[in-house]
Parts: sequence; structure tokens; C-alpha cells
Amino acid sequence: MYWFNGVAALAPLDQLGHYLHWHWLLISVANLIVIGIMVVTFIAALLLPFPGRRRRKENQ
Amino acid sequence: MSTTEIDRQWTTRLRHRVTAKLPPEKLLPDTQPSYVSSWIYVFGVTTLAALAVVIATGCLLAIRGPQWWHGSDIGHFVNSLHLWSVEIFFFAMVIHLWGKYFMAAWRGGRALTWMTGVVTFVVSILTAFTGYVSQTNFDSQWISTQAKDGINATGGGAYFNVLNLGQMLMWHIVLLPIGAVALTVLHVLLVRVKGVVPPFAAKSEVEA
Repeated sequence: MYWFNGVAALAPLDQLGHYLHWHWLLISVANLIVIGIMVVTFIAALLLPFPGRRRRKENQ
Repeated sequence: MSTTEIDRQWTTRLRHRVTAKLPPEKLLPDTQPSYVSSWIYVFGVTTLAALAVVIATGCLLAIRGPQWWHGSDIGHFVNSLHLWSVEIFFFAMVIHLWGKYFMAAWRGGRALTWMTGVVTFVVSILTAFTGYVSQTNFDSQWISTQAKDGINATGGGAYFNVLNLGQMLMWHIVLLPIGAVALTVLHVLLVRVKGVVPPFAAKSEVEA
């Protein structure tokens, strides 16, 4: 479980979270990172080729 | 019983209506249109897969109870699976929503499909919220004491008391899951009836 302790040390859960505050907007860094990953995933889903798509087109 | 009498039975009429609307080959199709071969069409079924894990792990948590999920290694593990499958559920559902929003998935008589998706999203948020306040730990105490002010400001606190653990747990494990699953089934059936929404035609295709 040593590897797990190393991973857990990256995101210590016994401390207060980090927040970004800009006028009325208050968001935790953790939530902002998740939203960023979602946006990247969305764009990647639009751009990355789907496996087998060319083969299917050739068969049609 | 005569043939006319059989035809008049509600079971016969309902069967005819259902099979006309959703014949077996449409309910469980062999192929999908070529435009479905895109990663953006994957997130709906990812949401469904995550929902299956949420329900399975939720059933295990219900069988063994809070002492188990707080006090044993395997209980912690199943509790974590329940949490992380919910995270994946919302992650995939929101990307599914973005994809469908930008391709205007309500086109072609699919308004009801879109609306069942919207309502399922709202019911899922309520289900997750009642789950957070039913954890029986300091986190759930903190969330419920913060949320009570918001709920009371709406005037709904007398009916939906977030500090009432029994009520929140019942909403979380009975009422809301029934609603979420029923709406999901309806949503998927409507997708089967109307078919997967096609992407917008390319400009050259429109002009052609």
C-alpha cells in the first residue's frame, strides 16, 4: 500500500481545500480541474477518430 | 371467446399498440446509423453503465449497513465504488448533455426524449444530494446543516427536512432511485422509438 500513500500525499484530505474567488464566483480548485477535464474530454470526443469508422464506411 | 372479443381486450389492444410503436427489431436493433460511429455518442451508454454500478453498489451498502461501510476495509471499498461511480455517472451525463445540446437533439419530434433527459438530470442531482446527507458522518452533518438554510429559505423545509436522516435516506434509497430509473428507462425507450438524433448536415450537403 506504499504506492497508495504516495498518491494520497498528492491530494491531502486533512487540510482545507483551495478556492478561487473572483467577484461573485467562488469555486474550489478541485471542481475547476474536473470541469476542465470534462471540457477536454468533450472536445476530444468530437475530434478523435472512432475505431472502425473507416472500415464501416468502406463496407457501405 | 370470439376473435372480436379477443381484439377488444385491453391486453390485446395494448400489445398491438406497443408492438406497432416499438417492434422488437427497433427495441433491440442489430445496427445503428453510420453517424453513431463517433466518441460523442458514447457518453449516453457510459452514463447507463455507471448507473448500473451505482445501483449494484448501493444495494450492497443497503444490505450491510453503515457500520460496515464505515468500519471495514471492504465496506470502505464498496462505499468508494458507490461514490466514484456517481462521479463517473455525472461526468458522462453532463458531456452527453453538452453533445445533445449542441446537436439540438430535440429535432425530429424528439422533444419528449430531451425533456425526459432534463428531468432525469434534475432527479439525479436530488438523488446525489440526499446521498451526501445520508452518509452518517461529519461530512453529511456539515452538508445537511448548510443545506437546511437554503431549503428553509424556499419554504420547503417543513416537507423536505434535510436534517431528518430517516426521511433523507428513504428518499435516497427508495423514491428517487425509482424515479431516476423509471425516467431513464423511458428516455432509452424514446431513443429507440425515434432513433438516435443525426448530426446537422454539413453545409455542402444542405446546398446539394
